[in-house]
Amino acid sequence: MGKLIVHQDKVTDINAMISICPFNALEEKDGKLEVNAGCKLCKLCVKKGQPGAMEYVEEEVKTVDKSLWNGITVYVDHVNGEIHPVTFELLGKAGELAKKINHPVYAIFIGSGIEKKAEELLHYGVDKVFVVDAPELKDFQMESYTAAFEAFVNEIKPSAILVGATPVGRQLAPRVASRFNTGLTADCTILDIHENTDLVQIRPAFGGNIMAEILTPNSRPQLATVRYKIMDAPERSAEAKGEIVKISVPAEKFKTRTQVLGITHKEKEKSIENADILVVAGRGLKKKEDLELVKELADALGGDIACTRPLAEAGWLNAKHQIGLSGRTVRPKLIITCGVSGAIQFVAGMNNSENIFAINTDPNASIFKVANYAIIGDIYDVIPKLIEQVKQGKGVKA
Amino acid sequence: MEILVCIKQVPGSNKVEVDPVTGVLKRNGADSKMNPYDLYALECGLKLKEQYGGRVSVITMGPPQAQAIIKEAYAMGADAGAIVSDRAFGGADVLATAHTLAQGIKKFGKFDIILCGLQTTDGDTAQVGPEVSEQLDIPCVCNVKEIKGVEGDNILVDMEMAQDIEHLKVSFPCLITVQKDIVQPRLPSYLKKKDTEDREIIMYTLKDMEDQNKNNYGLNGSATQVQRIFPPTSDKVQVTWDDPADVLAEKIYSTIKSRKLLG
Repeated sequence: MGKLIVHQDKVTDINAMISICPFNALEEKDGKLEVNAGCKLCKLCVKKGQPGAMEYVEEEVKTVDKSLWNGITVYVDHVNGEIHPVTFELLGKAGELAKKINHPVYAIFIGSGIEKKAEELLHYGVDKVFVVDAPELKDFQMESYTAAFEAFVNEIKPSAILVGATPVGRQLAPRVASRFNTGLTADCTILDIHENTDLVQIRPAFGGNIMAEILTPNSRPQLATVRYKIMDAPERSAEAKGEIVKISVPAEKFKTRTQVLGITHKEKEKSIENADILVVAGRGLKKKEDLELVKELADALGGDIACTRPLAEAGWLNAKHQIGLSGRTVRPKLIITCGVSGAIQFVAGMNNSENIFAINTDPNASIFKVANYAIIGDIYDVIPKLIEQVKQGKGVKA
Repeated sequence: MEILVCIKQVPGSNKVEVDPVTGVLKRNGADSKMNPYDLYALECGLKLKEQYGGRVSVITMGPPQAQAIIKEAYAMGADAGAIVSDRAFGGADVLATAHTLAQGIKKFGKFDIILCGLQTTDGDTAQVGPEVSEQLDIPCVCNVKEIKGVEGDNILVDMEMAQDIEHLKVSFPCLITVQKDIVQPRLPSYLKKKDTEDREIIMYTLKDMEDQNKNNYGLNGSATQVQRIFPPTSDKVQVTWDDPADVLAEKIYSTIKSRKLLG
């Protein structure tokens, strides 16, 4: 905590100072350098500015007795007791962090009729699963879930709480953080912990072009949200360890000013634009029947099939599956192109995909310029083997 | 019906780079705009007004130049606007921002519905809305994909969840954050722009707030602190594999598995 002081006599070039600030928070007023409300106190002007021009002065800080706050907690994200897999990933991370500072791992499970489901969590290295189970908590409502969360924090006083950045987690965590006047860091990609139990939270800022390392040094509990598939899930242990502890909360605490009128199950929208995984067929395919091969791979991976323009025009696949300037623009997490040469019009529709695997027999195919993994091979040899691998992998997992 | 829309001025481009040698942020001009997500919230507010009557106000927090987006909101049809701005508010994290905004909202008036965009394009946290609702002690629903209508002192909304849609009836006063594409935002009108050229923009500073404790604002009021910023290590790879088919298949599979790309 602190503030910036401008020493005007040390400012030799006002414009040079102004240009240092990435937030446009330095400005000239009547020939003097001033700090405006845009200041984020990043202190770049102190470090990079003219020597002595800017000074950062520490101010008195509120402190918290960190030794009173114990345990790394994971919020159990679920729908009707079906636990979201991000929960297990976070339990794995919580275990790592807790080990470093010798803290226990907790889980907080809020819902209705969930006590039985809590047992599954005991296979993932948790010391205690705290359960708030009440009929009022059947459907997610921010106020009632926050009340349950509040009761847990007051009773257990956890040092840190990790919440999956799901639609529920992303709205519940801020309400809880605000209730305890404490810090919350969204969408962390790396988590670590200092010996003094300060959680090191690293997240992308400015649309991912910069990483920021964030601490919550003077408040407890520390809250962080993490997206699904960022952390590694631990192996499920055969043996159940730890205990389930019920927290009872008086029913009047669950009063809300919202009312759930009903729930509709979402129809799964099938369109290549919102697919996470796409397998694309190109002109390397010799005949229409061979599409089955590509489709089989897509199915095995849990993705959808797409194609290039010539295939759509030949009527092999519906135009809804066509990628490119005259088709759809896609940005899946995984795209595997099979026998696609990579015409500019096609690439324009998919080059923002996160992981591009391109299979082609021609080492000079232009698709390889945008591919992260340029795979020189014949789709008729590689795809059947790959399908085999994927199916085997799945077999082992289940 | 009194409707308030929270809006924010954000950088015109997300393309910010860090100089790896000096650690200084490289700026691409000083252009800025209204957070695109807020346009949807504003459009929802304007539609509610058209259907049920009332007034649409906007509020923003930021440096004085953020008044530009209030003018833009006027040109879209907003009736009143306020900016919350003070050097003491600088360096605020989510907690301090929510506190400051809530203080500004209390000063600005009594509102039945407060609308926010899902998130901003610069902070990208989606957290300020729900934190403001807590500070104001009002119910809150996020991820709203459809506003069904108003019934007495309640608003009916559809909240998007992972696999379900939850249909909710929310009593006034309340805060709603709306998803992108919930409605098509209108374009600013030239006539409205001309008409509202001289319309007042209320400015609130620390001395206007009910909470006069400086330590609850800006960096002092922030629970989180940025320790450092650094360029990300790119995990973009570009490799070529030229092996027998079974080796290729094995490489592809193990790579997608280790990068957690399986469905």
